[in-house]
Amino acid sequence: MAENKLILSGDEAVAHAAFDCAVRTGVGYPGTPSTEILETLSAIGGNAEWAPNEKVALEVGAGTALAGARSIVTMKHVGVNVAADPLFTLTYTGVTGGMILVSADDPGMASSQNEQDNRNYAKFAQMPMLEPSDSQEAYDFTIRAYEISEKFHQPVLLRMTTRVCHSRGIVNRWKAAEQPAVPAFTPNVKERVMVPANAKPAHVRLVQKMNDLAVWNDGSEGLNRIGGAAEAELGIITSGVAYYHSLEAAPEAKVLKLGMTWPLPAKLIKDFAATVKKVVVVEEGTRFLEENIRLLGVDVMPKAEIFEFGELSVSRVKKLLANDSEPEAAAAPGRPPALCPGCPHRKTFELLRDLNCIVAGDIGCYTLGVLPPFNAMHYSLCMGASIGMALGMRRAFDEETSRRVVSVIGDSTFMHSGITGIVEMVYNRPATGHLVFILDNSTTAMTGFQEHAATGRNMKLEDAPRIVLEDLCKSLGVDNVDVIDPVTENEKYAELVKTRLASNDVSVIIVRRPCILEMKKLAKKGGAK
Amino acid sequence: MKNGKVTNVMFAGIGGQGIIRASDMLTEAAFRMGCDVKKSELHGMSQRGGSVSSDVRFGEKVASPMIPAGEADYMIAVSADQIEVCAAFLNENTVIIRDEDIPEEYRASRMMNIAMLGVLNRYLAFPEGLWIDLIRENFSGTVAEENITAFRRAFEAK
Repeated sequence: MAENKLILSGDEAVAHAAFDCAVRTGVGYPGTPSTEILETLSAIGGNAEWAPNEKVALEVGAGTALAGARSIVTMKHVGVNVAADPLFTLTYTGVTGGMILVSADDPGMASSQNEQDNRNYAKFAQMPMLEPSDSQEAYDFTIRAYEISEKFHQPVLLRMTTRVCHSRGIVNRWKAAEQPAVPAFTPNVKERVMVPANAKPAHVRLVQKMNDLAVWNDGSEGLNRIGGAAEAELGIITSGVAYYHSLEAAPEAKVLKLGMTWPLPAKLIKDFAATVKKVVVVEEGTRFLEENIRLLGVDVMPKAEIFEFGELSVSRVKKLLANDSEPEAAAAPGRPPALCPGCPHRKTFELLRDLNCIVAGDIGCYTLGVLPPFNAMHYSLCMGASIGMALGMRRAFDEETSRRVVSVIGDSTFMHSGITGIVEMVYNRPATGHLVFILDNSTTAMTGFQEHAATGRNMKLEDAPRIVLEDLCKSLGVDNVDVIDPVTENEKYAELVKTRLASNDVSVIIVRRPCILEMKKLAKKGGAK
Repeated sequence: MKNGKVTNVMFAGIGGQGIIRASDMLTEAAFRMGCDVKKSELHGMSQRGGSVSSDVRFGEKVASPMIPAGEADYMIAVSADQIEVCAAFLNENTVIIRDEDIPEEYRASRMMNIAMLGVLNRYLAFPEGLWIDLIRENFSGTVAEENITAFRRAFEAK
């Protein structure tokens, strides 16, 4: 094979490997830092699509793998929470075709609402996990993950972090592209239909597979390696980008770099620990490796609590190794993001501020309504939560306060998980009614302008069937569904909101005006309408 | 830069100033010079006018994709107010490239990022043709030619 070197981000490297593995289905929901995987896969000619949310994405990816072809399912860390229901039983059924779930974690919360450590999902759902540390490994490990998935018939968690997803490096694209396999339907009800009688033996098989995987990992080649100094008193066990920080922070140490971090290679770890005087685990987030290595009977120095927060860096690894738990100087505050000048969302937040509304917000650009000069958001939790939270508040506050409560959700987030909130609003309507704003800028703006089911375009910007938000809300039995342009109909907008807040109706106002940056994107690609 | 020493270039500015583009171009330039190279950046919410920084590290072998504290050799300060934000990465020898280092007509222009790469190349001394190729790969038509002029004028300014 001819050597083919490219500069790729970790996300792009995963996409190139998925393409070279002839993935039949690439599916996910946009979320920083995972988004570029499917965008790249689509751009280089692979099969990629945006699903309405991560649960559906995982189900589609599972279906392809159950049918016997390869799939890759991508999402940010919090997306795995949404996809957890199918995931936790998919590990019972196993798969026929290779399947990868990419979880892109965000230690330090560069653009997320929490910094949950999804390595814990590998243990909880019982699936093998690979952790690449740079772009080359992102490429190599994606290929290895299909090999493991097909050998053990298990979905594999490819766990990445912001610094691996968004760092660029040299990648040798060594694998010649394969032709996709065409599966035939073979019924296997005992392993594929999880009723209790079938799930009980499936659970036993799953535990056996994980035991087998642990043994396999001990003898695996090219996933785990020992580097750093040949002889040393200090032994570091690490994974992901923390490996590279460790090499620079402690050139005197011997380093065991784990590429497959679940199930752990017990013998390799114990043998390594026996060659050094002291073992320190260098890891971001929770004490996943530290605690599980201690369970193997290896004495590991506990890291100070401050290292459970944020990203690691060369400087922080030096501090961690020195067992220095002194608080760190706060990083200089950068310039905060803000709603763009000319952003159509501005009109809504000016109005909500002036009307003294209590705003349950959601996840997207419009979360920036929390900042001055608007200060017009009081709650924000997760994708889709604005509607349910607000309905609960209207049950708690007195009548006058309840009438000030509104939900604000974007078009893509509404498609993701807002629809069931509307069902709740109609079915269990509060005495004071409720008002939901769908801020429809016709794109998933915050993550970089991805299409979704209500934009009328697919990932390649071709025309696609469009879910009509107003028709959908009307069909669910919402009393009043209005569509308004916040800029050209601004005066009418204010009057409408006042009327709806005063009534006991359940109402939706679709505030429709395209994102100015999305319009530029479409104009550039010649797809503007 | 092939003597084992890693060269660390930090780019800092705000969303929309071409930080990512300029740092990608330097990454590609170092790659074509035969170096190992890694680049790291933080984006996401930065699209909304927030701070953006990008680290480019190149040399014989690069480990961490992030520049360690106090080890920036060069800082491309496309937005001067970001120098303070990145202060922890600078040392007394860090060469800071600011808007006053580029010809006046490019200050606060859309070509500021490319002009600053021109200044950086006074120190790196990569072949001019390499940069011209990269500019033509990143921009088209007259925009490419204007950026080539900006790069050359900034390179020759002192």
